[in-house]
Formats: sequence, structure tokens, C-alpha cells
Amino acid sequence: MNGPQDLGGQMGFGPVAPEKDEPYFHAAWEKRALGVTLTAGGMGAWNIDESRHARESLHPADYYSSSYYQIWIKALETLLKRHGFVTERDLAAGKAVDAAATPKRVLKAADVPAVLAKGGPCDRPVATPARFRAGDRVRTKNFNPTGHTRLPRYARGKNGTIEAVRDGFVFPDSNAHGRGENPQWVYTVVFDGAEIWGEGADPTLTVSIDAWESYLEPA
Amino acid sequence: MTHDHDHDNELDPFAARVRALETILTQKGLIDPAAIDVIVDTYETKIGPRNGARVVAKAWNDPAYADWLKRDATAAIESLSYTGRQGEHMQAVFNTEETHNLVVCTLCSCYPWSVLGLPPVWYKAPPYRSRAVIDPRGVLEEFGLTLPKDKKIRVWDSTAELRYLVVPMRPNGTEGWSEEQLAELVSRDAMIGTALAREPQGEPA
Repeated sequence: MNGPQDLGGQMGFGPVAPEKDEPYFHAAWEKRALGVTLTAGGMGAWNIDESRHARESLHPADYYSSSYYQIWIKALETLLKRHGFVTERDLAAGKAVDAAATPKRVLKAADVPAVLAKGGPCDRPVATPARFRAGDRVRTKNFNPTGHTRLPRYARGKNGTIEAVRDGFVFPDSNAHGRGENPQWVYTVVFDGAEIWGEGADPTLTVSIDAWESYLEPA
Repeated sequence: MTHDHDHDNELDPFAARVRALETILTQKGLIDPAAIDVIVDTYETKIGPRNGARVVAKAWNDPAYADWLKRDATAAIESLSYTGRQGEHMQAVFNTEETHNLVVCTLCSCYPWSVLGLPPVWYKAPPYRSRAVIDPRGVLEEFGLTLPKDKKIRVWDSTAELRYLVVPMRPNGTEGWSEEQLAELVSRDAMIGTALAREPQGEPA
């Protein structure tokens, strides 16, 4: 979706302002926000693509005025309500009021190190051979899907070169919406700065994205 | 009286919101609050940019390892026991005399947790995510890094599940340094691409 998350090339947000010796957390609640997000995800009711889509579905004004941990928590509330774990009445009361759906599992403290060490690999076998090879010229699709996608607006309808054929990966555009993993080949596609930004582009710049096969057609 | 508890739960409305959510989920038996403590401890004390710095230092000192890192970063990094969440599919990109690499996630906050830990706020915020792909030189200036005009810049937008680690160039004057000494020159920012490796100040510590 053309949502607030799709930031590449937008203007007006001001300087980056890196913080010297930045701490991992700026408030105690951020620690709990990280942990609640990960442990709730550990119930296995949604995948990372659905999580990302919940975050980018915040109203743009809300998204841009929220810190990233705030974005996480707001999206988590959406996910918990959608999957029947939390209700508006629970949130209004600040305590459990209604019954909850039964989770597939509950992440226990003793299992955290193993779960974090394992991560969540999303490479998958793909039945068909890769359509493109390194060096091929490709054009990215021009589309504006209303659902989740990982093809940023700035890289749509652009000519680029396949730099590397990666692996088969879960396709976020369907997986975010419960329509299956439908793995596809992923490629690193590199574009000249001028192809993307046109007049005035930095002549020394190239930009790459990692693109699922269905985002691409031969150029 | 002692004052070792923090007050922000009482003062900040968002802190109250997070606490309420944790309370609800705990009361319903959906999460284990002790699991949160373990997660926080992991990313505060165990997984951070020192991991990545060790990878870089080893690549500087060991050409065979550097070659492996180039071909199969996931396996090469796993051989140092750095694995797991947001590091499942790693790529290492090497700075050269010709090209400087910079990593961003314009669409969210994708970052190689297994080697760099949790991302800094600026990496997740709109100014960096919006400008890194269109004005990387301007962004780097804000980090105090001015690249030569003819240096090529390659920006890697992490739009899929590959996670990128920049291997900065080894500074001159570090011949014979140990991996431990070299790792001290490798900052988090150097592995994102918003800095270079530190120049050595005299003999290694």
C-alpha cells in the first residue's frame, strides 16, 4: 500500500540527528514494548508480514508522530484484537475482562534464548527455476496495490540490472493477508541514481532493492 | 530513601498503555512476563555491535574468512556463534577504494540484529529512511563523513529478508594487530555505512 511507511525519497523530515552514545532504550517502557511485541508474536497467530502491514496501516498522521516502539505497540493492539486475544473492553479497563482465543503456544522465559537463536528463517524451496540471471536487464512493475507490498514507490516502473539471484522467499504480498506463503525467487536489483531520481541525481549513486520475481519483467 | 525505581510508568501515558497491555496479556496467560525480562537482557547485554565488529576484524585478518563472508555471510557469521532473529539471511558488503556502501530500510526498520543488536532510533525514523536513498552524501555529512566527490555510493535498501552488514575498509597502520585490537576500530555506524572504521591512534591498547 502507498502508506506512510514508504519513505524513500520523501522530503521535509529534517536532519537525521544521530545521537552520540545512544542507549538501546530511552525509557523503561520501551523495554517492555520490545518484549511484549516479541512474546505476543511468539503465540504464532500472525507472521512478520502481517505485523509490518499492521504498522504501515496506521493513519499517516499517527505513524509520523509516533516513535518506532509506539508504532509497534499500536500495531500490536490491532493484531491482538483482530485475532481475538484482546478486546476494546480489556484495553479500556486496563486489565483482562473478556475471554481470549487459545494461542498455539506461549513463549516461556526458559525458551527465549533458543527461540531468539533460531529466529524465523523465511527462505523456502521454489518449484520453478529462477526466471532471471545475474546481468539480466529488468523493469519493475508499475502498480499500486492496496494491500501489503515490499516494492517501494520510488522503485516502481524502473529499469535495473539483476545483480544477484538470492533464494526462494515467502511472498509478503500474500502472506501478510493470510493468503499463503507462495514463495518466489528474490533478486537484488540495482538501479542507477538517475533512473530513479532523474534530473539532478547524484551521478555516483546506485541503489538496490531486493525484489520478488513477480515484481519484475524483462526490460 | 532509595530512589532506584523508575517513575515513567506513573508519568508517561504511553508507559501506562504498554503496562496495561502487558497486564492484560499476562492475566490471560498469553505471555510470560519473565520472558520479556530475558529478551531485554539479551539485547542489552548479549547481542550488540561488538558481534559485528568481531566479524569485520576477522575478515580483515583472515582472507579465507573474508572470502567465505563474501560468498555465504550467514554461514561465516554463524561460525562465530552469531545467529538468530533478524540475522537469518545475511549479506556482507565490502567497501572498496571505489565504492562506499550504505544500508537502509525505507519501508520499516530491517536491521541485522544478530550482529548489530537493536537499531538506533535514527535508523528507524523518517529523516534517515527518506533521504538515504536520494541524498546519501547529505546524510553522511550529518554523521560528519564527507566522501570524495568521485567515490561511488551504493545504497542497499533492505526490502526483503536479507540483512546487510557493511565491512568497512581496514585502516592503514594496523598491520600485525590482533582481531581484538582491530575490532575496537569498528563502530556500529561503520557497519551500517554512516561512518568509516576509526583511524588507529598510535599503538593498540
